[in-house]
Amino acid sequence: MSDPTLLSIRNVGKHFGGLHVLQDVSFEVPAGSIYGLIGPNGAGKTTVFNLVTGLLEPSNGTIEFMGNSLVGLPPQRITHRGIARTFQNIRIFKEMSLLENVMVGMHDHLNYSPAAIFFNTGACRSAEKRARERAFELLSWVGLEHKSDMLADNLSYGDQRKLEFARALATEPKLLLLDEPVAGMNPSEKTILMEEIRNIRDRGYGVFMIEHDMRFVMGLCDRIAVLNFGRIIAEGTPDEVRNNPDVIEAYLGKEDEA
Amino acid sequence: MEWFNDFWSTYSTLVFSVGVHALLALSIWLTLSCGLLSLANAAFMGIGAYVSALLTLQLGWSFPAVLLAGGLAPALVALIIGAPVLRLSGVYLAMATLAFGEVVRITVLNLEITGGPEGLNGIPLLTEGWHIALILALTLYGLARLRRSKVGRAFEAIKEDEVAARLMGIDVDRYKLLAFVLGAVIAGVAGALNAHFTFFISPREYGFENAVDIITMAVLGGTANLIGPVLGASIITLLPELLRSLHDFRSFVNGAVLVLVVLFLPKGIWDPRRFRGWLQRVKGGRA
Amino acid sequence: MLEQQLLNALTLGSVYALFALGFTLVFGVLAVINLSHGAVFMVGSYAALALVTHFDAPLWLAILGAMLISGTIGLLVDVLILKPLRARNAPHLIPMIATIGVGIMLTSAAQGMFGAEVLRFPEETLPAGEFIVGNVHVRALELAIVAIAFILMAVLFTLIKRTQLGRALRAIAESPKAAWLLGINVEGLFHVTSFVAAALGGVAGVLIGLDFNAITPQMGQPILHKGIAVIILGGMGDIRGALIGGLFLGFAEVISKAYLSSQMGDAVAFGLLFLILLVRPSGLFGRKLERKA
Ligand SMILES: Nc1ncnc2c1ncn2[C@@H]1O[C@H](COP(=O)(O)OP(=O)(O)OP(=O)(O)O)[C@@H](O)[C@H]1O
Ligand SMILES: [Mg+2]
Repeated sequence: MSDPTLLSIRNVGKHFGGLHVLQDVSFEVPAGSIYGLIGPNGAGKTTVFNLVTGLLEPSNGTIEFMGNSLVGLPPQRITHRGIARTFQNIRIFKEMSLLENVMVGMHDHLNYSPAAIFFNTGACRSAEKRARERAFELLSWVGLEHKSDMLADNLSYGDQRKLEFARALATEPKLLLLDEPVAGMNPSEKTILMEEIRNIRDRGYGVFMIEHDMRFVMGLCDRIAVLNFGRIIAEGTPDEVRNNPDVIEAYLGKEDEA
Repeated sequence: MEWFNDFWSTYSTLVFSVGVHALLALSIWLTLSCGLLSLANAAFMGIGAYVSALLTLQLGWSFPAVLLAGGLAPALVALIIGAPVLRLSGVYLAMATLAFGEVVRITVLNLEITGGPEGLNGIPLLTEGWHIALILALTLYGLARLRRSKVGRAFEAIKEDEVAARLMGIDVDRYKLLAFVLGAVIAGVAGALNAHFTFFISPREYGFENAVDIITMAVLGGTANLIGPVLGASIITLLPELLRSLHDFRSFVNGAVLVLVVLFLPKGIWDPRRFRGWLQRVKGGRA
Repeated sequence: MLEQQLLNALTLGSVYALFALGFTLVFGVLAVINLSHGAVFMVGSYAALALVTHFDAPLWLAILGAMLISGTIGLLVDVLILKPLRARNAPHLIPMIATIGVGIMLTSAAQGMFGAEVLRFPEETLPAGEFIVGNVHVRALELAIVAIAFILMAVLFTLIKRTQLGRALRAIAESPKAAWLLGINVEGLFHVTSFVAAALGGVAGVLIGLDFNAITPQMGQPILHKGIAVIILGGMGDIRGALIGGLFLGFAEVISKAYLSSQMGDAVAFGLLFLILLVRPSGLFGRKLERKA
């Protein structure tokens, strides 16, 4: 793991009015690895993603991607820099076909001019054709190619997650943020997704994921950070984290409540 | 040909109106396709109409130049008010654009150069049938191309989920502005065409009721694709003519049609998905 | 002179407020911009006129009858049109367009039944009398208008602020779903709101009809614009804002007509509205509203 740092979060805090959701959070996500963020419900995990993707601004601290600050950039610029994400509560474009959903993800990479659109130039046609093929490829990759013309609204929950995954990849990210990617999937689907995530890592991309399924996280991640009540209470390899007394307490505490 | 000449001399104005209304319905279709509920298009039409009529009357510009100016003038206005106005969404956007429309109408009502409440009279009848047909065809073609490009997909993504659209790398504010401004161009050109076949324009034609009429055409026809707005515009324009025999009650039927369509045809009259459903049922019935 | 204008402004403003109150109530509770509210206002006017001229009803009875008739129309619109649209979760543009259709139907029906010409209440049915306070001529009619408007508004405010019904309505305005979970009969209250709002609109119609003594099928249109202006000014769905906004608009209109040209007054008013929306979408007098992102 000598790869350079992709994402670095330093001393980040976030509060909504008097509610301190994150405090002094620091960790680094290296390239070419899978990084996990775990923690009990309401710990602030999704908030970390919202800060990284520009949907929220940190109250203090710095967030850097490949050495450049992301703070203050609008979400689309951050996507442009090479960060993509999926959502905990799936946000696909329901009234569009699967193919179109994925093609929306390629927005930044289609560079034809307005005139080219109007006159339907060769350049425009071939760019669209390539995009369509690439979208189809991505859909095949998540196993949805046979549904490419269906409306996304008609997909099952698990399939919607897969579509969101394909759409995020379509933006050609260097870092992929996954918010509970296997929620609602069956074991065999989970195994397939695990393989795919490893694939992405092995191509040199970074994967940063939030997940509640411990088996999944422990089996997949190279490093893990644990968030509890807005603070990082442990950080390290799966084994280190598993045996950390603070983590055990946080999770046992959670079981007491449940 | 005899009958055609008769028909044309009686109904040419009506056919022209259908064309102009189709353009207006398409202009609002464009903004709606980006999820923007704007009531400014009647005002944009008015700006196009007045600017073009004044250029013809006072400066004697050639008709193509006048049409171009009729499209660009409202586009400029849309560009200026777009940034602040488009921060609003939903009903607030509708109300703000409505207030803007009133500002335009009342300004026109009070300016000397626009002829005040009497409006402008004696505008040369320069619009010919083929002008409207050509511009309508170009607009339809352009919008159809747009729909199938990354721009059309961006509009639709914004309409469905702004946040997700942003995270796909779409500059939402810019695309909203684009939809708003392009809508203004189409409405402005429609206004310019209209001014040059009605001989006379007045502020009354560009008020709140007209804004609502325009949006009604698009929604009545259906906004799933480009056929809907054209169909809706045709119906709203022709229905009163067809119902002439009902005299005082004809607009009653007009209103009732509106209510019934909204109630029973949720996606408008032209709804490809419903048609597909029918087709499947017919096929299923045969098999 | 100024005092006389102020009295006119108060009369006009209180009717605007009454009209806007119904308008804003429907927006606040049902989340619908009810563009038939102007037509319902017009119906109220004709209803009172018909009761007075055809049935020799005394004015107070005619006003009650007009309330009942316009309220019933509001109720019918809710039950027959808005309710099915709610059931299928139609986007907010759709109910608005349906109410446009209703407005067209009502206006056209009135024109068919009563003709397009201006109708007037017979002189003898209007409250006569006029007295002079300082140098202001006060017509009994104006006094009655202001009194009726304020009494109705006071009743409505008490209802909303102090009763169980009002609490339920406020809960629905916050979130219909949450209200439903609390066991509130949301549909029932939607019907009640529609009735009350339309009844208020109808009375406003009678009062304006009396004040100007001129009734036409088109009279609902300008007041609808005013109503929209008021709820922008006062904050959409804010009933206190509707009251202040209505009075404010009445004053602005009368004063600008007296001291500016009437048209310029309107231009200034809507220009201001436009700016207000940009700076404070929740209205000048409205409390801060959560805006949908
Ligand atoms: N925009 C916001 N405004 C106010 N509070 C917020 C906002 N977003 C998040 N919160 C609060 O911050 C806390 C952390 O939320 P977050 O969604 O980050 O948790 P999480 O770790 O992702 O939980 P889960 O496992 O349930 O997804 C919660 O208490 C939440 O209510
Ligand atoms: Mg979360």
